[in-house]
Amino acid sequence: MQEYIHSVSLDASRCTGCTTCMKFCPTEAIRVHDGCAQIDGSRCIDCGECVRHCTNNAKKAVCSEFSQIAAYKWKIALPAPSLFAQFSGLDDVDYVLQGLLDIGFDDVFEVARAAELVSAYTRRYLKTEGIKKPVISSACPVVERLVLLRFPSLRDNILPIKPPVEVAAEAARAKALREHPELSSEDVGVCFISPCAAKASYIKNQCGSYKSNVDVVLSINEVYFQLLNVMKHIDAPAVSTQAGMIGLGWASIGGETSALLSDNNISVDGIHNVNEVLEKIENGSIPPVDFVELNACPGGCVGGVLTIENPYVAKNRLKTLRRYMPVSLNAVPASESYIPDEVLAEPAEYTNNNRLGKSFGESMRLMVKIQQIRESLPGIDCGSCGAPTCRAFAEDVVRGKADINDCIIAYKDLIRQYITDKNRGERTDDRGESGST
Amino acid sequence: MNEPLTFQYAVDGDNFTSAGQASVQVKKVLRRLGLDPETIRRVSIAMYEGEINMVIHAGGGEAEVRIYEDSIEIVLRDSGPGIADIDQAMQEGFSTAPDNIRSLGFGAGMGLPNMKRYTDSMQIESTVGVGTTITMRVDL
Repeated sequence: MQEYIHSVSLDASRCTGCTTCMKFCPTEAIRVHDGCAQIDGSRCIDCGECVRHCTNNAKKAVCSEFSQIAAYKWKIALPAPSLFAQFSGLDDVDYVLQGLLDIGFDDVFEVARAAELVSAYTRRYLKTEGIKKPVISSACPVVERLVLLRFPSLRDNILPIKPPVEVAAEAARAKALREHPELSSEDVGVCFISPCAAKASYIKNQCGSYKSNVDVVLSINEVYFQLLNVMKHIDAPAVSTQAGMIGLGWASIGGETSALLSDNNISVDGIHNVNEVLEKIENGSIPPVDFVELNACPGGCVGGVLTIENPYVAKNRLKTLRRYMPVSLNAVPASESYIPDEVLAEPAEYTNNNRLGKSFGESMRLMVKIQQIRESLPGIDCGSCGAPTCRAFAEDVVRGKADINDCIIAYKDLIRQYITDKNRGERTDDRGESGST
Repeated sequence: MNEPLTFQYAVDGDNFTSAGQASVQVKKVLRRLGLDPETIRRVSIAMYEGEINMVIHAGGGEAEVRIYEDSIEIVLRDSGPGIADIDQAMQEGFSTAPDNIRSLGFGAGMGLPNMKRYTDSMQIESTVGVGTTITMRVDL
């Protein structure tokens, strides 16, 4: 497998080596060595927890810059539903759509439109006989990567429908080429305005079984201030939204499940909660449900690390925005019952990179050593050694990535023993001298 | 390697909400050994059901997982009330769980049948008033 390109990165000059990010990392991907954090790319799922918790702003989520869209003749903005929740006092999403045109885009295609289609197809899919339940939402790229890396037995539970951003990107490109026959596909730049870094990684790595139609990923905070400036001057927007309550609802947790119009679903937000629920699904220890909506960020997409507004404030704004919207503007004909091929997509293949050694036998031998070291450690998971837990540290020692003396508790005992021995030695010397006189 | 890789876990009988944690720990180990997802799932379900049983019926106990080159053995030992009629206990839907446990969604009488279903062999040794030991094996 090709190396996974990440969007979460570290600015080493700002890192103080404090271990906060390491403690919050849900996949134990971070180690702190020589006073600086390091991210293990094979374990990182781009959830952004480290970005969220770093007190020194050393962790960053990297997206493209606005100037990059200049490379395309026809620029299409794909605003995530969460973008609309960022603006104080906004009562009509049309102002944001017009604002996107005013800052330089040639067209706007709301991801919320595609979300409404995905909701409709999901309702169809859930009626299919013989599918694995609970069906796990495919919308959050962090969740998909987490499932593939840690819960591969649940891979087939992932909804085999593309996430709304991809459905939107495809439709937006097709629309541009249809309306402007003079354009070639390379002339069209599809630009997703994203609340989260993981989407950028997802697109760069061509996750899933298809090539992404998104060309550029801009963060919400990259366009926010530009939008604010132009939106002040809009009297009457010339464009109007083509999505309804359902599409906009996807911006926060619960939106995707409420669009299923049925009761037997659960919605979970926050990566640690998601992890816990996936454990339970794998164990068969949650009551049978049809669908689980899992969002890595607290509050859902409005809680993404590239947003401006507090997720709970943003969630409240969605209520105001949704109030007078129609339920949905993107219906699929009730007479049809199939799901079109172009929206179907299998999740990426599972590659077993969890294994310690090259073979089962070698892994067993390494595990025995890890256990031995683990038992000699204090077991308080203090993190001072630069690993998140004593178990992780034991593994690092066995793999030659850490020195056993990095454990300061064990080292302290060693020093104490040395001092005790030394003192005892001196006392013996004293007695020896007094005896001779 | 003749000596199995062994892990021991205490299953806390007083804390119902933490039941199932040993299963999570075992799963982590099995992932690191690179076992296939289906095997990991089977072991973790069998282990989880066993843990829940020990908490509901026996006030906790101990779990031991032994990993051999060709199989995984799970031994669950408790000093609970014991099982009076093992054949009856093995029937799907039979349960002696109290109402407060049932209200949480447990006690459906699927614990032991699931443990049998997801493993390659299962032995139950139980003496009323003394305790129960269940040994399960999953072949690799």
